[in-house]
Amino acid sequence: MIRINCPYCGERDHSEFSYGGDATINYPSLDASEKEWTEAIFFRKNIKGFQFETWHHSNGCRMWLVVERSTVTHEIKSVKPCHPDLQKVVENNK
Amino acid sequence: MTKFNAWNVIKNGLNGQSYWTRQWRDPEPKSSYDVVIIGGGLHGLATAYYLAKNHNIKNVAVLEKGWIGGGNTGRNTTIVRSNYMMPGNHEFYEHSLKLWENLSHELNYNVMFSQRAHVSLFHSPGAKDSVSRIYNIMRLHGTDAELWDLKTLKKKIPHLNYHNSRFPILGAAVQKRAGNARHDAVAWGYARAADTLGVDILQNCEVTGFTRKNGNIESIQTSRGIIKGKKIGFAVAGNTSVLWQMAELGNLPIESHKLQAFVSEAVKPLLDQVVVYGVGGAHFYISQSDKGSMVFGGDLDWYKSYAQRGNLPMVQDVAEAAMAIFPTLGRIRLLRHWAGIMDMTMDGSFFICKTPISNLYLNAGWNYGGFKASPASGWYFADLIANESPHNYVQNHNLERFEKGINIDERGAGPDPKLHG
Repeated sequence: MIRINCPYCGERDHSEFSYGGDATINYPSLDASEKEWTEAIFFRKNIKGFQFETWHHSNGCRMWLVVERSTVTHEIKSVKPCHPDLQKVVENNK
Repeated sequence: MTKFNAWNVIKNGLNGQSYWTRQWRDPEPKSSYDVVIIGGGLHGLATAYYLAKNHNIKNVAVLEKGWIGGGNTGRNTTIVRSNYMMPGNHEFYEHSLKLWENLSHELNYNVMFSQRAHVSLFHSPGAKDSVSRIYNIMRLHGTDAELWDLKTLKKKIPHLNYHNSRFPILGAAVQKRAGNARHDAVAWGYARAADTLGVDILQNCEVTGFTRKNGNIESIQTSRGIIKGKKIGFAVAGNTSVLWQMAELGNLPIESHKLQAFVSEAVKPLLDQVVVYGVGGAHFYISQSDKGSMVFGGDLDWYKSYAQRGNLPMVQDVAEAAMAIFPTLGRIRLLRHWAGIMDMTMDGSFFICKTPISNLYLNAGWNYGGFKASPASGWYFADLIANESPHNYVQNHNLERFEKGINIDERGAGPDPKLHG
């Protein structure tokens, strides 16, 4: 079991969460070329090692999180809310 | 290589089994080959075999970082079927099934292919309509497919749970020519047959880098020295992205996910078919091996991973699904469970295609379906490498299909790799 330290709920089993995917995708502007949109939607770095990825605490506070996790050892380095404003709230409450 | 036939079995039986030769050689790498296939799994070995057999290209090496049959070849549930409906896919998988039907003779090696029927249960009128559509498309293309009503199903498999009120069994979609085979034997059979035709199988030979010249890959750095290849093929599903980035080619429409499989202790004959149970939120497939073990599996672990070990929440899910459909398994003990890493693609279909490097060819993205595909995968990948243009069946199985909007999405699940199970 992977344990994810949710900033709102505390440390929980990963089975409470739903995996999102690559958290580093930058979606291009609406008038960008088809090639740029194809790259953003369909192509992935698929990193072997530490990556930033999104998880949804679907059976908890329902917050979307950015998790830095190794895809080889499953070790987690950091967990933050996706939303920058929520990140600030969490930081201020520490 | 001594052929397997009645005469040799009798001769060796009388001589203390002393005249058998090695199944395949253990050669030192040559400095250059016409074709180098990276990946000594079923797809790589089959490709090398068909390059030599169908195209007379015999100066071929297969590079394997571990040993033959030690990767995903030994980590699947060995199911062979061809119940696909998308253009390209159904022709490809049907050809694969036809190759399976003759594979033991072709390779002079008993791959224990058993056409025991693939029985896919349905649990609602909507599911029946949906699967009927797929199986009718299969029939229109000449693939065998049929529906079993509840009466037939109860007669064929009496010990399913027919009293499940949440997901009542209404019948099953069946492909009788489908079944399973022995995975190790397929790897060994292809390795032995390819070796006989002159292919070098280089085990413990890990690729560590590429040297580029004039846009092409000139040579491959490996743990057993530098090897040159006029043409190079990747067949390393699970680790495709790693090699792809080693060749500085950027991103791929692939995520690596792990899929678990399970084996129980051996029991007396219990199940004559491959049974699949798929309802919303659960996915379960089971068959019985020739040794008597129940071999089964379920969904992906639902998060991206390169770790070849399964996590416990999915063990629980699979056990729950087993009990829901097969309560008679309640007291059976699990012997082993493990995970294999699969290329999950953005539309659930594979790639057999050219790449931005003109002497590099790609075989990848097998999702859940790599085992059954291996004969046809080798056949059409060899065809692509030899003729430098894709066969009609795989003409859209390339990396450009996403930009063109011609995704080959059997499930209609969209660009989320984990949903294409």
